[in-house]
Amino acid sequence: MNILVGLSQVPDTTTKIVIGADNKAIDAKGVKYIMNPYDEFALEEALRLKEKNGGTVTAVTVGGDTAKEVLRTALALQVDKAIFIKADSADSFVIASNLAAVAQESKPDVILFGRQSIDYDSFQVAPMVAELLDMPSVTMTSKLEISGTSLTAERDIEGGKETVSASLPAVISAQKGLNEPRYPKLPDIMKAKSKPIEERAASATSARTEIVSMELPAAKGKGKIFSDSDGDISELVKLLHEEAKVI
Amino acid sequence: MKILAYLETLDGALKKTAFETITAALTLAKQSGGSVVGLVIGSADTTQAGVYGLADCLVAKHALLEKQSTSAFAETIAQAAKAENADVVILPASSTGKEIAPRLAVKLEAGLAPDTVALDASGGNLVATRPVFAGKARLNVKITTAKKVATIRPNVFTAKKADAAATVTNRDFAPTLADNHVKATVTSVSRNTGKLDVAEADIIVSGGRGLKGPENFHLVESLAGTLGAAVGASRAVVDAGWRPHGEQVGQTGKTVSPTLYIAAGISGAIQHLAGMSSSKVIVAINKDKDAPIFQIADYGIVGDAFEVLPKLTEKVKSVVHR
Ligand SMILES: Cc1cc2nc3c(=O)[nH]c(=O)nc-3n(C[C@H](O)[C@H](O)[C@H](O)COP(=O)(O)OP(=O)(O)OC[C@H]3O[C@@H](n4cnc5c(N)ncnc54)[C@H](O)[C@@H]3O)c2cc1C
Ligand SMILES: Nc1ncnc2c1ncn2[C@@H]1O[C@H](COP(=O)(O)O)[C@@H](O)[C@H]1O
Repeated sequence: MNILVGLSQVPDTTTKIVIGADNKAIDAKGVKYIMNPYDEFALEEALRLKEKNGGTVTAVTVGGDTAKEVLRTALALQVDKAIFIKADSADSFVIASNLAAVAQESKPDVILFGRQSIDYDSFQVAPMVAELLDMPSVTMTSKLEISGTSLTAERDIEGGKETVSASLPAVISAQKGLNEPRYPKLPDIMKAKSKPIEERAASATSARTEIVSMELPAAKGKGKIFSDSDGDISELVKLLHEEAKVI
Repeated sequence: MKILAYLETLDGALKKTAFETITAALTLAKQSGGSVVGLVIGSADTTQAGVYGLADCLVAKHALLEKQSTSAFAETIAQAAKAENADVVILPASSTGKEIAPRLAVKLEAGLAPDTVALDASGGNLVATRPVFAGKARLNVKITTAKKVATIRPNVFTAKKADAAATVTNRDFAPTLADNHVKATVTSVSRNTGKLDVAEADIIVSGGRGLKGPENFHLVESLAGTLGAAVGASRAVVDAGWRPHGEQVGQTGKTVSPTLYIAAGISGAIQHLAGMSSSKVIVAINKDKDAPIFQIADYGIVGDAFEVLPKLTEKVKSVVHR
C-alpha cells in the first residue's frame, strides 16, 4: 500500500500570540513550533496501515525552512521518504495544489491529513486535495477500516456520528480518537538527522485569498463577579434574565 | 453581488443554520446592492425561509443526491452557482458544509473563507473575519478571485426575521450528475437520541474536573434541563471517561457559539477557550477567583459548584417557569 501523509508545522498550542509588525502575521520571535497535533494521528495511521499491508509511507510538508523539522520527526518514526516543498504561503489552495502535485506523481492508495491545522484552523486542505485529484474524501475520521480497495470510516457530525464508505484511492483527515500516536525514540531521532529530505520547487499556483490584517480579539470588559451567597445568585439570575436577556 | 445561500435541511425541514445563512446572505446583498437565491437539496418545506426574508429558492433534485455524498452536493451547488451567475456562495461551517465548501471552491476557481464570524462586502470586495490560533487572534482575509465561497460559523450570524415575511417561490433545479460525482456515501447515521448536541444548542452548561467525579454531573444536568440546554464537558473529564466524547468543547472537541455558556468547575485552559470564546454570554462558576475562565466571563460566581449549581437551578426555575 502506497501511503502519502501531509504534515504541517504550527506554533505550540500554548504560544502567547503577539501580532507582527506588518499586522498580517504573528511575531515569530520566541515561538516554539511543533507538528500539527492532528497530523500526529494521520502519521500514526499511515504507519499502522503500512505495518498491516506493507508498502511505503511518504511524508510531505509545504512551508518555510523551519517546517522541515516535522519531516525529521516523521523520519525518526520510520517513514520511507520525506518531501519538502518550500512555499511559505498561508493560502490553502496554494498548499493543496502543491500537495496534489506530489500525489499525482506518487499515485498513493491513501492520502492522510489532520482534521485541521491549529494555526489558521482552515479545514480546507483535505477536501481540496481530494477534489483536485478527483478522489473521495472523509474528514474528521475517528475510525477507519480498509479492506481490499474499499474503506469504511466513522466521522463526527452534529449530535452523533455517521458511517461513510468509499473506495480507494481516497483522502482521509484524522480526528482525535482515530489512534494513539507513538513517539520517536532518541536513537531514531539521532539517526533521522542524517536521513535525506527531498526538496522540490513550489508549483506556480497563485493565491486566492489575501490577508488584510491580523488583530487580537477585542478585550472583554471586566465581567461582573459575584459571591456564592443566595442574594448574589439571585442577582445574577436577574441580570441574565433582564440585562443579558439570555434566559 | 448575486449571492447563493446553501440551506441545510434535516428530515424535510430547514435547519437553524439555513436561517443564519439567509441572514448573512441578505446582509451582503444589501451592502453590495445585489440579490439572494437560496438552494435546497432534496425535498424540504421552504415556507419558513420566507419569514427570514428569502423570496427565491432553488430546489435541487436528482436520484444520485439521495446518497448524501458531499462530492455530489458540491457539484450540484457549483452547477447552481453557474446557472444563477452567483458571485458568492455562502454555506454553514457545519460538519457537512466544511466538507462541501473546499470542493466547491476548487470547482468554481474561487477563494474560500472558512468558518467566518463576520463578512463585509461594503467596499466591493468580500472581506471575511475569522478566529485563528484557537481564538487567540482574528484574521481579516480578502478573497481575491471573481467567484467567492465563505462558510459561516453556526450561531454567530443570528437569524433575523424580515419586517414583512416573503412568499418563497421554489424553482426546480435539475443538476447534471453522473455516478462519478458520488464518491463517498453515508451508509448510516447514529444520533445521540433525546440529547441536545452542544454544536446546535442555544444554551450550554459545561462541567469540568471541578465536579470531582461522573456521579456529580447530575448537578450540571439538572441546570441544563431547567434551561433547555445541552451538557458540555472539558477534555479533562472526557479523557477521564466521565463524559462522552461528543460533549467535549474545545480545540480537539467542538467549537460552539451559544447565546449562553455556563462553565462550572472548568479552569479555562486556552484549548477549552478555543471552542467557546465566541459564545455571546459566558458565565463561570469556579472556587478559585484567579481561574483564567474569569478573564473571559461576562458574569462569574466565585464559589463551590456543589453549592452554587443547585441554588442556581432553583432560582432559574423561578424565572423560566414564570
Ligand atoms: C493539544 C491539546 C488539545 C486540547 N484540547 C482540549 C479541548 O478540546 N477541550 C478542553 O476542554 N481541553 C483541551 N485540552 C486540555 C486543556 O489544556 C485542559 O487540560 C483542560 O481543559 C482542563 O480541564 P478542566 O478545566 O476541567 O480541569 P482543570 O484544569 O483541572 O480545572 C478544574 C477547575 O475546577 C475548579 N474547581 C475545583 N473544585 C471546584 C469546586 N468544588 N467548585 C468549583 N470549581 C472547582 C478549579 O479551581 C479549576 O479551575 C487540550 C490540551 C492540549 C495539549
Ligand atoms: N503546509 C502544509 N504542508 C503539508 N500538509 C499540510 C499543510 N497545511 C495543511 N496540511 C494538511 O492538511 C490538514 C488540514 O489543514 P488545514 O486545511 O490547513 O486546516 C493538516 O492537518 C495537514 O495534514
